[in-house]
Amino acid sequence: MKKECVAMLLAGGEGKRLGALTKNLAKPAVHFGGKYRIIDFTLSNCTNSGIHTVGVLTQYSPLVLNKHIGIGKPWDLDRQKDGVTILSPYTAKKGGSWYSGTADAIYQNIHFIDQYSPEYVLVISGDHIYQMNYNSLLNHHKENGADATISVMEVPLEDASRFGILNTTEDLRIYEFEEKPKEPKNNLASMGIYIFSWTTLRKYLLEDAELMHSSHDFGKDVIPAMLEDNLRLYAYRFEGYWKDVGTVQSYWEANMDLLEEDLTLSLNNKSWRTYSHDSNFPPQFTSEAAVVTQSLINSGCWICGTVKNSILFDNVTVHEGSSINQSILHPGVIINENVVLNRVIVMENTIIPANTHIYSNENGEPLVIDKNNIATILAEQGQLKGASK
Amino acid sequence: MKSLMGLINLEHEHDFLKELTYFRCGAAVPFAGRYRLIDFTLSNMIQSRVKDVAIFCRSKYRSLMDHLGTGGNWELARRNGGLFILPPDFNDPTDISKGDLQYFHNNRDYFLRGSASHVVVSGSQFISNNDYQEAFQHHLKTNAEITLIYTKVDQFSDEHSPCLRAELDEDGWVTNLTNDKTNPCIYTGVYIINKDLLIGLVDDCIAHHKDHFFQHGIKDNISKLKVQTFEHKGYCAFINSVDSFFKHNMDLLSMDNYKSLFYKDSFIKTKNSNEPPTKYKDQAEVKGSLIANGCVINGVVEKSVLFRGVNVKEGASIKNSVIMQRCTIESGVHLENVILDKDVYVTAGQTLIGGKDQPFVVAKRKIM
Repeated sequence: MKKECVAMLLAGGEGKRLGALTKNLAKPAVHFGGKYRIIDFTLSNCTNSGIHTVGVLTQYSPLVLNKHIGIGKPWDLDRQKDGVTILSPYTAKKGGSWYSGTADAIYQNIHFIDQYSPEYVLVISGDHIYQMNYNSLLNHHKENGADATISVMEVPLEDASRFGILNTTEDLRIYEFEEKPKEPKNNLASMGIYIFSWTTLRKYLLEDAELMHSSHDFGKDVIPAMLEDNLRLYAYRFEGYWKDVGTVQSYWEANMDLLEEDLTLSLNNKSWRTYSHDSNFPPQFTSEAAVVTQSLINSGCWICGTVKNSILFDNVTVHEGSSINQSILHPGVIINENVVLNRVIVMENTIIPANTHIYSNENGEPLVIDKNNIATILAEQGQLKGASK
Repeated sequence: MKSLMGLINLEHEHDFLKELTYFRCGAAVPFAGRYRLIDFTLSNMIQSRVKDVAIFCRSKYRSLMDHLGTGGNWELARRNGGLFILPPDFNDPTDISKGDLQYFHNNRDYFLRGSASHVVVSGSQFISNNDYQEAFQHHLKTNAEITLIYTKVDQFSDEHSPCLRAELDEDGWVTNLTNDKTNPCIYTGVYIINKDLLIGLVDDCIAHHKDHFFQHGIKDNISKLKVQTFEHKGYCAFINSVDSFFKHNMDLLSMDNYKSLFYKDSFIKTKNSNEPPTKYKDQAEVKGSLIANGCVINGVVEKSVLFRGVNVKEGASIKNSVIMQRCTIESGVHLENVILDKDVYVTAGQTLIGGKDQPFVVAKRKIM
């Protein structure tokens, strides 16, 4: 079956810097925004862009992620001939290996892409929060007759050294790619979203696979090799909200961003819905004593306390006298009476005992509380409270 | 193995909710923030390990069919069995059946093909969270032919007046079904019947030109049949008028009722939506309310039920009201004791106040 464009979604990363959040699950499967998992944003982008052939490359702790994706029903990707396919590392006649880099993951699945004989392959990551119509990117690619097109966004120049920076001519043709440059020449940062013409990419993947010293990475190996050969690489300027949820701090920030009013990304946008599973919990219940402002609250929540600037996933209970501020509470969390939480992340099904106050250090990352470390955190209570003053 | 198949008979439930049933059948009326009335009986059947459910519906079933779809949300989209929505298709020229017997007659195959030995029959007006397996085991143990589920009420209200009352002997056998308003044993409209007996009674009713299966097949033969009873305990409601609809939406704002209906072992299932979590903005002041997903709230909401996707603008206030899907309440609006059906748009500055016992009902898609 022929398809114009096949999407390859990289979802195998561990996300080391997310600490406890990714202890038992892959980064794309981490809870986000009160109802979603991080990967929902890219999967929804595919559906909304009319790209119905999606290969999801999984590797690290894939159980939750696999279960979440299933046959792709929430994203209308449960289709007869294409739809979503989970591509895990495998062994075959000639042996096999783990995916050793982003390019290697695609290389090992060339046979998957070949089934659809596509003109183009879209390579995206399952750990970014953004809403983007990939067709605009694809059209840009076609108009330029490009071999590869990389989506970029402007970042503040002082932050540019944290990104892969693309140096382009005026018509956005790329002549240089610098990974985390010390002295960036401009502020166009790669968003890790690529469109390749498949015949070209296929050739470069085969070549790259032969190189002993290659790290088999798109940013480090494949793109530089293409530039070396003077191929037509173009940048595509994306304007809108985009965030790489790489650290606990940026995870917390990205969640808090959803509470902003004038964000270009909107969960309520009827023409660009973000799809996910629905837990089928009853409507949320707010008691007479409840105070809720500037927050996102999912179904099944039971609120008798005060919730401000926070995100509550499904089936969270906040008992009377408790006050939650700037925090993220994952599904099934129970907050007992007279608890004060300030800028913390509480993981699934954790129970916070009554009369406890937990604050994150103002200068540090938000605390991630789960069933295992709650006792330790409570023991350090006095110290933490002191630190916040 | 003895097992149950389900039948939801909507034949006798017409237009009882005024504006709310202008364009939909009662079973499809939204209830409690995200459900439709039929969800309760349907979920109870699933909970009772019923694998096949048939629905007899005569009219205004578009929204019902849209809601139910393939039955996937109730895990009824199966290779074998599952959901059978059976609107009228009575084209047999030799057919002499009348009333709901037409359905039984024309869909005889549904009962014959199903592998179950017993049928659990209900309407959509009785709201509870219930596992009929208990009643079924009781049915088998007592060797009954029919088991009626009843509930004992401490206090009578208007919603009970149309319901039949069961007179029982000390062993729970039904001696009579009456309209005795002083009898607290209220029949819920749910019963379990042996499948062969059901088919036999249907044939008998048709042969005698009857037009109401329960009335003529069961009630009129009550002394000849072995009819047991099983008591439903816990929260339940009869939704058979606008008043009872309003009252029970409000009753769910009590913590005990809410928990007893929703937080049992099994949840009530409904059609999944894709609404985001509800957003509470700066000016939000929500107390004692039931709020579904997808709402954006920047006003005051007190003792009210908000369905999915309701937008409450800054400075608006809502009190003792039921606001259905995707209504928009502009700023400065004050609503009290009202029921807004889906997609109602209330323009800025309006005040709508209904009576405490007589809510003001606004039909679907109105612009106020």
